[in-house]
Amino acid sequence: MASLTHAAAGEAAAEEARRPQPYMNPYLAGIGLGLVLLAAFVLVGRGLGASGAFNSTIAWLASIAAPGFAHRNEFLSGYLAGDSHPLKAWLVFEVAGVFAGALLSGLLAGRAVATIEKGPRASVAGRLILAFIGGALMALGAALARGCTSGQALTGGSLLNLGSWAFMLCVFGGAYAVAWFFRKEWR
Amino acid sequence: MIAPLFKLGAFGEETSLVLAFLIGIGFGFFLERAGFGSARKLVSQFYLDDLAVFKVMFTAIVTAMLGTTYLAWMGILDLSLVYLVPTYWVAQVVGGLLLGVGFVVGGYCPGTSIVSTATGRLDGLVFVLGFASGTFAFALAFPLLKGLYLAGDMGTKTLPGVTGLSYGVVVFAVVLMAIGGFAGATWVERKMATAKGGAPDEVSR
Repeated sequence: MASLTHAAAGEAAAEEARRPQPYMNPYLAGIGLGLVLLAAFVLVGRGLGASGAFNSTIAWLASIAAPGFAHRNEFLSGYLAGDSHPLKAWLVFEVAGVFAGALLSGLLAGRAVATIEKGPRASVAGRLILAFIGGALMALGAALARGCTSGQALTGGSLLNLGSWAFMLCVFGGAYAVAWFFRKEWR
Repeated sequence: MIAPLFKLGAFGEETSLVLAFLIGIGFGFFLERAGFGSARKLVSQFYLDDLAVFKVMFTAIVTAMLGTTYLAWMGILDLSLVYLVPTYWVAQVVGGLLLGVGFVVGGYCPGTSIVSTATGRLDGLVFVLGFASGTFAFALAFPLLKGLYLAGDMGTKTLPGVTGLSYGVVVFAVVLMAIGGFAGATWVERKMATAKGGAPDEVSR
C-alpha cells in the first residue's frame, strides 16, 4: 500500500516536471523584446526582421537552380548583388539566432514538444493545409510591404515610421475582418 | 554621437553578423517566453480572449521608442543613421491587410513561425514552407506586381515629419495610447472570461 502511494506520488511529481511552465508576463516579455530591439539600433543601426531572411534564402536557392532567371528577376537580384554569398546577410544570421533562442527558451520551460497547434474542432490535415496557405499569403503581404510584424510593425513602429504604422493598423484590421470565418480552425 | 556603433565604424561586417546571431537569440528567447511559439496563443488576439500579442508588441515598441528617443536626446545615438524602411503607403496597406489575413489563416507571422518550428510545432514548419513558396511566387509574379509594389511612394517619412508635431509630442502620444490600450485590453479579457463563466483573474496574466 505504502509503495503504491509512493509510486503515485512519484508519478505526480514527474507529471508536474513535464508540465510546461506558464508564459512570461506579457509586459515583462515586451520590455525584454524592446531592449533587444534597442540593442540592435544602438549596436548596428538597424532593427529586427524575419521575412528578409526568407528573401535571401529563396534568392540563394534560385541562383543555384536557375542562375539566369534569379539574376534577371528584379525582386531576387536585389538579394544577389555584390560579391559576398547571398546568405551572408544580417537577417539570415539574426533568424538563425531566433531559432536558437526560441529552442533554448522552449527547452528550459518544457515547451519544446512535437505537436500541432489547432483548435479542438479542426482536423490535422485541414490545419496543415491552412498553415501552408496562410504562410504563402503572408509572404505576398510581407514582400509587398517590405517587411513583416518584426521588420515593419515592431522596428518601424518604434522608430515612428509612417509606412510601418499604416502597415500595423492594416495587419490588425485584416486579421479581425476574417477571424470569424476561420473560427473552426481555432475555437 | 557614438552610436550606431557599426555605422560609425566601431567594428566590421563580420562582427555585425556575430551580433546579428546574438541579437536573434534574444529576440527568439523573448518571443518564446511570451508564448508566441504557439499559434493558439497568437490567434487568441483575434478572438479577443487573450490580448498578449497586443500587450507584448506595444510594450516592446514603447520600450525601444523611449530608449532611442532618450539616447538621441543625450547625444549618444544618431537616429538619422538608423535604417528606416521607405513608405510606399499603398503597397504597405495592401501588404498589411494580406498579412493580417495570413495571420489568422496560418496562425503565425514569419518570426513566430521560426519560433514554433524551433519548439517542435509541425504546423509552424509547414507555415515556413508556405512562406518560402509564397516568396518564390512573389518573385515569379514580380513583373505583374511591380506597379503595386511601388504604389504610394512617399520616400522616408516619419509620423512627426508628416504631422508637423515634434518628435517628443508624438512619443508622448504613443505612450498614452499604449497605456490606454493596455487598460482596454485587460478590460476586454475580463469581459470575455466572465462571458465564458471562467475566473477573470486566470486569463488576465
